[in-house]
Amino acid sequence: MYGWIWRHLPGGTASRALISMVLVLGVCALLLFVVFPWVEPQLPFNAVTVGG
Amino acid sequence: MAHAHPGHRRASRWPALAGLVGELLLTGGLVVLLFVVYELFVTDLLNEGKQSDLSQQLHAQWDESTGTPGTTPRADLTGGAFAVLYIPRLGLDYQRVVLDGTSEKQLSQGPGHYEGTALPGEPGNVGLAGHRVGKGSPFLDLDQLRPGDPIVVETVDSWFVYRVLGDVATGDLTADPSGIPGQQIVRPTDVQVLSPTPNGPENAAPTGSYLTLTTCHPRFSARQRLVIHARLDGAAIAKTAEPDGPPALSER
Repeated sequence: MYGWIWRHLPGGTASRALISMVLVLGVCALLLFVVFPWVEPQLPFNAVTVGG
Repeated sequence: MAHAHPGHRRASRWPALAGLVGELLLTGGLVVLLFVVYELFVTDLLNEGKQSDLSQQLHAQWDESTGTPGTTPRADLTGGAFAVLYIPRLGLDYQRVVLDGTSEKQLSQGPGHYEGTALPGEPGNVGLAGHRVGKGSPFLDLDQLRPGDPIVVETVDSWFVYRVLGDVATGDLTADPSGIPGQQIVRPTDVQVLSPTPNGPENAAPTGSYLTLTTCHPRFSARQRLVIHARLDGAAIAKTAEPDGPPALSER
């Protein structure tokens, strides 16, 4: 998978490395600021109230 | 690693498939690790910002307030911030803005006040819930509280000093003369910890002014709840008399 992506990125090694970095950061940002905040409320250790 | 050898390209697709599965598993592991980092550090960072915004708003609101001294009108509580909680045992700089309500909307910003429970200073039981892990982890170390430890609540015009129940002399949290323990671990369904008199009947008249904190237990789990009970020590202290707070604020 990663090999396939690497081979399909344009340019030489430097440009591929740069684009990979941007992609990795983009995925991290997507996870941290969109996916995780959405997933989190469904997790058990967030239950801190009684009765509710 | 998983690249097919040039001469055997047609031999089998299994190595490539195994490689793909391996990469996906590794990726999944990294995502889980990133989630742990998010829970433990990123939510704390985000919460720090929210708390400081709330604190500024609340103090600005208090400066403009002209309400009757000694009361926090319930109408003013609309899911927003209304008090500040200080627990010197957890650090002399420990302070958290408390919001009204215990839905995730409030709890992601700070400790939340159970609707329908008493307000600070009132007879009855002030119920507060807070996150143990993440979101600023306001109630992470509640298990460190000892009998007699002050829990100070600041409202628009007053300070209220509550003290953790238990036997101060021996440090036994379960040996309070009132029979109410300073700390208990209960099932998530045990709502009587929030009764007007903690662990008493739900609708009976209160026997005093109490404060109850709830969070999850053990850490990272929702199996049980850690509950701390405290009782009001003395009367309300007017902020006009003690602008910098009562001496209990620097008690450790």
